[in-house]
Amino acid sequence: MDFNDTPEQAAFRSEARAFLSANATLKSESVVQQETEAEYLVRARAWQKLKAENGWACLNWPTEYGGRASTPMERIIWGQEEGKFEVPTGPYAIGLGMCGPTMIAYASEEQKREHLPIMASGERIWCQLFSEPSAGSDLANLRTKAVRDGDDWVINGQKIWTSGAHYSDWGILVTRSDPTQLKHKGLTFFFLDMKSPGVEVKPIKQISGASNFNEIYFTDVRIPDAQRLGAVGEGWKVSITTLMNERLAVGNAGGPDVPDLLRLAATTDIDGEPALNNAAVREKIATWHCQRSGLKYTNYRTISALSRGGVPGPENSITKVVSAAKQQDLASFAMDLMDMGGILREDVEDKFLNSYMGAPGYRIAGGTDEILRNIIAERVLGLPQDIRLDKQVPFNEVPQSS
Amino acid sequence: MNFEFSDDQNLLREQAQGFLQSKCPLETVRAVLEGDQAYDTALWKGITEMGWTATTIPEAYGGIGLGHLELCVLAEELGRSLAPVPFSSSVYLATEVLLMCANEAQKQAWLPGLADGSIIGTFAIAEGGKAPSRHNIETRVADDRISGCKIPVPDGDVADFSVVLACDGDQHSLFLVDLKDPGVTKRVLKSIDPSRSYAELNFDSAGAELLGEAGAGFALTDALFDRAAILFAFEQVGGAHASLEMAKAYALERYAFGRPIASFQAIKHKLADMYIALTLAHSNCYYGAWALSTDASELSLAAATARVSATEAFHECSKENIQTHGGMGFTWEFNCHLYYRRAKALALNLGSLTRWKDKLVTQLEESNKLANTN
Repeated sequence: MDFNDTPEQAAFRSEARAFLSANATLKSESVVQQETEAEYLVRARAWQKLKAENGWACLNWPTEYGGRASTPMERIIWGQEEGKFEVPTGPYAIGLGMCGPTMIAYASEEQKREHLPIMASGERIWCQLFSEPSAGSDLANLRTKAVRDGDDWVINGQKIWTSGAHYSDWGILVTRSDPTQLKHKGLTFFFLDMKSPGVEVKPIKQISGASNFNEIYFTDVRIPDAQRLGAVGEGWKVSITTLMNERLAVGNAGGPDVPDLLRLAATTDIDGEPALNNAAVREKIATWHCQRSGLKYTNYRTISALSRGGVPGPENSITKVVSAAKQQDLASFAMDLMDMGGILREDVEDKFLNSYMGAPGYRIAGGTDEILRNIIAERVLGLPQDIRLDKQVPFNEVPQSS
Repeated sequence: MNFEFSDDQNLLREQAQGFLQSKCPLETVRAVLEGDQAYDTALWKGITEMGWTATTIPEAYGGIGLGHLELCVLAEELGRSLAPVPFSSSVYLATEVLLMCANEAQKQAWLPGLADGSIIGTFAIAEGGKAPSRHNIETRVADDRISGCKIPVPDGDVADFSVVLACDGDQHSLFLVDLKDPGVTKRVLKSIDPSRSYAELNFDSAGAELLGEAGAGFALTDALFDRAAILFAFEQVGGAHASLEMAKAYALERYAFGRPIASFQAIKHKLADMYIALTLAHSNCYYGAWALSTDASELSLAAATARVSATEAFHECSKENIQTHGGMGFTWEFNCHLYYRRAKALALNLGSLTRWKDKLVTQLEESNKLANTN
């Protein structure tokens, strides 16, 4: 057991750190600045471009597609180091984390050479068109229709919860091409230009006030058959490739954590004493510290396994379940420490308030608490699936909400 | 980074599992729980013959001289099997404290016997239903004679010697007391976990020999309990894991409403939560093992973190194992209560959860971890 890098890893880490130090500000030294989404995107595009020019984009991708062909450990080391700096990576998380790997697995060589390098350099942002109004946790219940017409497919229907669609250039899309097949058959997977005629993007306003997600309407959108990924009717299999990568992309909920709460409790007063001296406050901090520490070292164990050639398994699901609930409860408790003053939302940058309003979404996005517990129960512990009414019948006979 | 046990340590784990599966099935635990014996003597003999009691003792004192990582591996397996033996008292407490602060003569006198298992040691601090502190310790030593009452003392009825925290004038110190001294009387106690043994030790001017620095009683106890907490946390995680496995096996075989209850989300989510608690605790234990084996500066924080999360995980897993079993879960006949009892006994044996949580936050404050944890 040791926490030290091998000489090769240490060399890689110092190279990464040198690039980051020369081009970015440490989180601990940065000042939060208010900016519009447009301004944020300009910064994000510039950062991705700079990374690509210096060989720090898409570390695990092959070099011919704009990557670095790094080892899994090098990718992790980069992630650890980049995570210490205040850099705008959000708009690229889905494209580079999920769409890119799906293209690498299923697109033609020509398509990969056309699309992947400009995805890696940040020139094009990609989104993932999966969820629908009646297909959230039950993703395979999707209904967006794809009908073959000559060399094209004609798409009609609606997607929802598409992160970043309003600024995305291209997207990956899963559709129903044959509703007379079983639910998980009859799906077909495509990629498309978001500027295609008939694609309409409508942002969704969240309770936090932000609009990170969108509804997407498809009206007679034509996609060439050449942009199909995987065989006709094999769209579920392709989706699984995407979702396996989501497992890596969706992680810790972030937001203010135990150190922030400690700072607040040390400077907030309960009846003339620092709140940190209060037994109830200490009890809460201890519990959250144990969760935070437990996740950190669970992650270290995963990294150890990866460095020996293992693959990230479903046990990673605990990270989001634990961290999202902690984020919500911790933010709520921090507001409680501010007593009546906690009601105010005058400061739009107040991290505890923003975390409190953001946490409900985090408990749902990328797999709800409930779905993740099912995954732990079924894939880690090996418990049986629930009895299902949608397995043995054609999709168009599956009972649906009225 | 390598945050796993080594191949040799995993081999040791396999050997330990094989040995305990054959020598310590739950019937063995139940026999001690229901019988009059303080511990299973055949199992104890086997454990000492395997050299487990000698693990961390240097070869110069008859030990094997391995590290604490090996001891963590053994602790997890002993906890998993609920082994009804005085291992923790003799090894995590008595051996550890002697290795920490005994003088050469004391080491020569006691360590070889602890190593080969011919001597059982323990550690006595509690004086009834209150948290021991500088304000309330009544056991006193004067002129190398100790008087007072310690209750409960784990394995106090079978131990050959005990390290005792006592008042020493206006300070507190640790003392070595030979329990064969005529000034010592022992009374076996009933406890929440009769698969382990607890006693009251009464000292009436028994011989007592200073251990470690005079006046360092509480500081040494705190340091000892940090180390022991990590070892006990591995026992707790082992027990929590066994509880989860028992619940899972039952949920898969038990049918209700025409299907295994393991297919109901209410049960699946319960077991998922047990798994989550167990995994977090296990990872915190790994951190503790690393801190213990390297004497890291954050040992106290690592210990409190492992202790708190392992205590909560064993509590969660042992109580929800009963719940998963339904009515049969709270019968004497089913084995669920063996884990439930052990979980509570281990939760209290180094001081309450509340105290450990408080200590954890004190460590966070003192080491000012807030600035550099990531």
